[in-house]
Amino acid sequence: MSNLLNKSRPLVFCPGCSHERIARILDKSFQNMGLNGNQIVMVSDIGCSGLFDTFFNTHAMHGLHGRALTYATGLKLARPELNVVVTMGDGGMGIGGAHILSACRRNLDLTLLVLNNFNFGMTGGQFSATTPSEAQVGSGFLNRIERPIDVCEVACSAGATYVTRCSAYRKDLAEEIERAIRHEGFSVLDIWGVCTGRYSKQNKLTPQTIDETLSALPPREGVVENNARKEYGRFYREVAESQKPTPPPAKIEKKFDPPESIRQEVIILGDAGQRIITAGDILCFAGLTAGLKVTQKNEYNITVLRGPSISEVILSPEDIGFNGIYRPAAIVAIGQEGVDRRANLFEHLDKDALIILAKGVEVPSSNATVHLVDFKKQGIKTHDRALSSLSVMAKLNKVINLKMLQSALEARFKEPVLTSALGLVDRVDIA
Amino acid sequence: MPLSLMEGNEAIAWGAVNSGCRFYAGYPITPATTIFNTMLKLLPPMGGICIQGEDEIASIGSCLGASMAGLKVMTATSGPGLSLYSEHISFALGSEIPIVIVVIQRLGPSTGSATRGADGDIQFMRWGSSGGLPVIVLAPVDINDCFFLTMHAFNLAEEFRCPVFIASNKEIAMTKESIDMDAIPRPKLKERAAPPPGKSFLPFEIGSDRMTPDFLPIGDEVLVRQTSSTHGPDGYITTDFDQIGKNQERLRKKIVSAVDRFSFCEAYMEDDADTLVITYGVTARAAKEAFMEQKGEGKPVSLLVLKTIWPVPENLIKEKAKSFKHVVVVEMNLGQYVREIQRILPDKKVHFFGQMNGKLITPHQIKEAIANV
Ligand code: SF4
Repeated sequence: MSNLLNKSRPLVFCPGCSHERIARILDKSFQNMGLNGNQIVMVSDIGCSGLFDTFFNTHAMHGLHGRALTYATGLKLARPELNVVVTMGDGGMGIGGAHILSACRRNLDLTLLVLNNFNFGMTGGQFSATTPSEAQVGSGFLNRIERPIDVCEVACSAGATYVTRCSAYRKDLAEEIERAIRHEGFSVLDIWGVCTGRYSKQNKLTPQTIDETLSALPPREGVVENNARKEYGRFYREVAESQKPTPPPAKIEKKFDPPESIRQEVIILGDAGQRIITAGDILCFAGLTAGLKVTQKNEYNITVLRGPSISEVILSPEDIGFNGIYRPAAIVAIGQEGVDRRANLFEHLDKDALIILAKGVEVPSSNATVHLVDFKKQGIKTHDRALSSLSVMAKLNKVINLKMLQSALEARFKEPVLTSALGLVDRVDIA
Repeated sequence: MPLSLMEGNEAIAWGAVNSGCRFYAGYPITPATTIFNTMLKLLPPMGGICIQGEDEIASIGSCLGASMAGLKVMTATSGPGLSLYSEHISFALGSEIPIVIVVIQRLGPSTGSATRGADGDIQFMRWGSSGGLPVIVLAPVDINDCFFLTMHAFNLAEEFRCPVFIASNKEIAMTKESIDMDAIPRPKLKERAAPPPGKSFLPFEIGSDRMTPDFLPIGDEVLVRQTSSTHGPDGYITTDFDQIGKNQERLRKKIVSAVDRFSFCEAYMEDDADTLVITYGVTARAAKEAFMEQKGEGKPVSLLVLKTIWPVPENLIKEKAKSFKHVVVVEMNLGQYVREIQRILPDKKVHFFGQMNGKLITPHQIKEAIANV
């Protein structure tokens, strides 16, 4: 197999930099695997390790610091057949920490080579996430008062399925990289090397000292049995295949004439848990059955199970422009928190506006007509009161009629909910 | 005409899949989340991919990867996420990666109010990336626009190889409206141009009669390089000042010089008016009502609703504003786009009305602003 190193772009690392060695070995791995350049994409980010993509005759994508794994994720999901090899320094690893954790958890088939040389070579030897506390680097005393992280331990605890910590000078590095690429899942190689340009000027770091340090650490080599599981892309496609297509939203034909063919605004004021938003939906569907244009805006607290719940609906034979509520035709007041939130609405009400008021809820005085309903006496539970109020509205022939409401329920619900909703609408007494 | 009911955000998602979008990545954020929810229902069963990124940076980053692999991609967020998108927006701009970015604006600054509307990110979309290259921003007024402009956004992203923003607003995004999707005119779909077969390919080479390079996806037979670094036609770093300068100018010009072809707007012109109201987004709905009422009261004004916000459709605005003494710009912020109107209409009296308190600007407020002219 031919060499994939780019002849017109010779390696330009400092003499003695272990990146150069790794680049040549990576090329050997590609050759041993019999890969063509177009079966590989090299993905890199910023730093001396970010030059890798330029040295190979492969597809390449080079981007922002620490973000290489994000591009790699999109590339691999879109092109599962590609061998996606990501190079990153200890700098990119640190700034892109969230992406490493996520890649480990997902287990998408990417190969990450962390070219770990314990400092930011390109920007002047500042400390990185892996710089030992005792090292002399370009960040003054700052690394002395922080602790480095062990990317292999992090990767294992985040669920990586293949993790190796090794030296750039390891004899079988080409074979190890090949194993990592062949592994079906996310593999991380933490490759320790020497930055002659910056780090080893002030710190003793040689192939021998790397070996000594590595041998004192618990070994990390290859498949992480505890984390073994399905590759993400394969898993994704399997699950996706079993998902049912989503049909376009239901289309509602005009079947009825509304009580009045003018713009009408309705506001439903209630409390969380009263199915206010659903009632707003149903009211919209009722409008559609009469060929009306509709809009619906809802308001509720971020903690969805507490606080006011409000739905504002506009029905109109014309296109609806401004969709704030300014002259409601009907107000459904069935929860005190909703009423209190919109207390200032009441002073401007017209006298032909209708308030459907649940007994026990207090509304500010207004010009509007109040229609009081004792839901409790009728045995209607609090979560059924919103729909029941629509039934009252329909039976009073205000904004909607009963046929519109029933037809809306048929469009909105399936059995057995439909029968019970229709039953409720039928049962509600307007008093 | 049978109608359906859905949110503005759902209409964006349907517009996207109808445009051929097959990759979506996003991070949950109110009021954009329902786009993610809808894409997750739509894409996987049709062989597409929808993922939740670990953050906004990863979401847009994976979109850029998938776009370079040849898919049409989209992501959506709100102000706080737009801040995080910044580094990748400049990547997409400088390296010509097609992507549709939906920004559902909410009341800022910062985390602000998650469920209150605003149009506070209009200049941020234009300038919130390093390098300051121009972007395309389309602003829907209602649910029909959400569908229609999304389809155009994909076409523009493909044609110009650039990020295209949909500048929506919580008040459109999370409002349900009746819609007849089949009645909305659909543009013919465009795809990024591939080089003619047999022609040699360099990833950023510009044909003599062209402004945008041909595209081949990463992963096909021909090798493709993509880089965020300042590059020459071959996709390798260049230090040639002349080449760099020409390329930057091309990136500017390919967008700015084409805006007359995609200056979406609605114009309501009244012969005896001396005031033109200019607005965009959800505020246009109140402005249309104010326009009708003014007319009914015998005090007509004209109204221009801009749906292409960036690049500024200068010719359109100059042409429409030609015969007016006064221009009233209304926007849901403290005065952002009005700067552009002042810049291009130096001979007009440009007035401003804005509001940034989480509430919709009402027709009444707009009429007051007109009365104050
Ligand atoms: S600065 Fe360090 S990492 Fe960069 S090329 Fe030189 S030796 Fe290698």
